[in-house]
Amino acid sequence: MFVAWRELWFARGRFGLMGGVVVLITVLVGLLSGLTAGLGARNTSAVAGLPADHLVFAADAGFADSVLGADVAQAWARVPGVRSATPVRISMTRAQVDGRSVGVAVFAVPDGSPLAPVRLRQGVAVVSSGVGGRSTLSIGADSYQAVPTSTEDYYSHAPVVWVTLPADAPATVLALSTSDIDLVAADRSLGTHTVELGDSLAEIGSFAAENGSLQLMRGFLFAISALVVGAFFTVWTIQRGADVAVLKALGASTPYLLRDALGQALVLLAIGAVVGTAIALGLGALVGSAVPFVLDLPTVALPGAVIVVLGLLGAALSIRRITSVDPLTALGSTR
Amino acid sequence: MSLSLNEVTLTYPDGAGRLTALDAVTLEVPAGSLTAVVGPSGSGKSSLLAVAATLVRPDSGEVSIGGTTTAGLSRAALSALRRRAVGIVFQQPNLLPALTAVEQLQVMAHLDGQLTRAARAKALLLLESVGIGELAHRRPHQLSGGQRQRVNIARALMVSPSVLLVDEPTSALDHERGAAIVELLAAHTRAEGIATVLVTHDTSHLASTDALVTLADGAVRSQ
Ligand SMILES: Nc1ncnc2c1ncn2[C@@H]1O[C@H](COP(=O)(O)OP(=O)(O)OP(=O)(O)O)[C@@H](O)[C@H]1O
Ligand SMILES: [Mg+2]
Repeated sequence: MFVAWRELWFARGRFGLMGGVVVLITVLVGLLSGLTAGLGARNTSAVAGLPADHLVFAADAGFADSVLGADVAQAWARVPGVRSATPVRISMTRAQVDGRSVGVAVFAVPDGSPLAPVRLRQGVAVVSSGVGGRSTLSIGADSYQAVPTSTEDYYSHAPVVWVTLPADAPATVLALSTSDIDLVAADRSLGTHTVELGDSLAEIGSFAAENGSLQLMRGFLFAISALVVGAFFTVWTIQRGADVAVLKALGASTPYLLRDALGQALVLLAIGAVVGTAIALGLGALVGSAVPFVLDLPTVALPGAVIVVLGLLGAALSIRRITSVDPLTALGSTR
Repeated sequence: MSLSLNEVTLTYPDGAGRLTALDAVTLEVPAGSLTAVVGPSGSGKSSLLAVAATLVRPDSGEVSIGGTTTAGLSRAALSALRRRAVGIVFQQPNLLPALTAVEQLQVMAHLDGQLTRAARAKALLLLESVGIGELAHRRPHQLSGGQRQRVNIARALMVSPSVLLVDEPTSALDHERGAAIVELLAAHTRAEGIATVLVTHDTSHLASTDALVTLADGAVRSQ
């Protein structure tokens, strides 16, 4: 890297501009990733956090339209391999909380069920932190004593309220705890449709749509960064083609020249990604209270790492231009 | 340590046929002697240097550098031979724009994994010996044409080459500076026992050379 370091400094204007582009793309992807994770959590955290491994829906139905009678829940509880089958009724509604009207997702589970963050009783509503309730909560004609918790359960962008589900009332899904079970056979005989808990998130309509478009944007940004870095290093390599010919004529080996070229790319990308990630973390901390934003290092640092790897692949596009330089051109009088 | 070319023939593709740039050239340059090569434009002077520098493989014939026969060496082995035993003084200085004068010389040590304090001292000493010691920390754009050519020469001497190949080093310089450059090359050739080939147009510089080869149409006319 003897020549490479000095070129980085000598052409610091050009490398600075390119580094700026890497920083900006990293910031953008970092913020987008934090936002994607944050929005994702607002859609799914209550379902993802259920202490269950599978969810049972009515056949051909999703969260919005699935209805399962109490008889189905009892039938599922008797299937060999099912440790527990807990009915959960999920509905979106407005609640009056301490005199305010708040949009909430109501998760109704049987009295005393371990699915709720704290033990439920009749007449009690366990509210997640997003509801902000302190004393009383009423939904329609029913009023409850509010038990605030620090859990951040959300479903379809609404904070979750846990209440009791009357015995024999129909449910939306069954939360299964299983071991060694033939789900296909059980589904067929009970007329239901069972999916793994993680896969069930895609059935939340608002999540599937949002997540798909955000991931698409992220993918495009990754592709753009690889192409931009590749284009920059291709032009840069063409610009220094004559120098490469001289170094080859002087006896530089091909690995020596490739080390220099990829080393330059790595330095540029690493600095750009670190600065960009730091800025994304800073901005994330600033906006964190105003918008849903997940601000942990893996969420924001992973995009930086991906940009470094993709950028190196882009820079590798210029390798052939280095290996194909003919040292003979250094001898001529035209430069 | 010498340079020898034995019956070297080099052709380039030329339309349907081939153009003979070197035609069975035989040349022996002993260590410590300066051989001048002259000839009209297109007579094959640069081609001769390119073959001697292992930058092109001849169609036939044998090139031997400091006792090593180049035929059959891999590309990597030829690179290693160039960075250890061959000094090239290019027609244009061909300095790397990002490097200071002393760094242009240090690169040669770095290419061979020998970038030491001693190498730096040697580089500074060489710049001193070509008369630009005080310009060691300037970049090429801060040097005059003649000063760049001196860096070019010092760089070629940095590896203590057994063979020094010089392509029209004076074409960009006025007559007096050109003569000084040739005298400088002759002095190093003799002091360090180098086999030097000097391609030149300017026959007035030939006083300090040991032998003269005239090329015409790729063949040696007189020796
Ligand atoms: N890369 C090449 N491809 C094809 N022909 C070439 C190539 N390089 C040189 N030639 C031809 O080979 C012949 C010898 O060229 P060379 O460059 O060795 O001449 P020269 O004696 O150095 O000329 P000058 O004094 O003009 O530098 C010329 O006819 C030239 O056109
Ligand atoms: Mg020539």
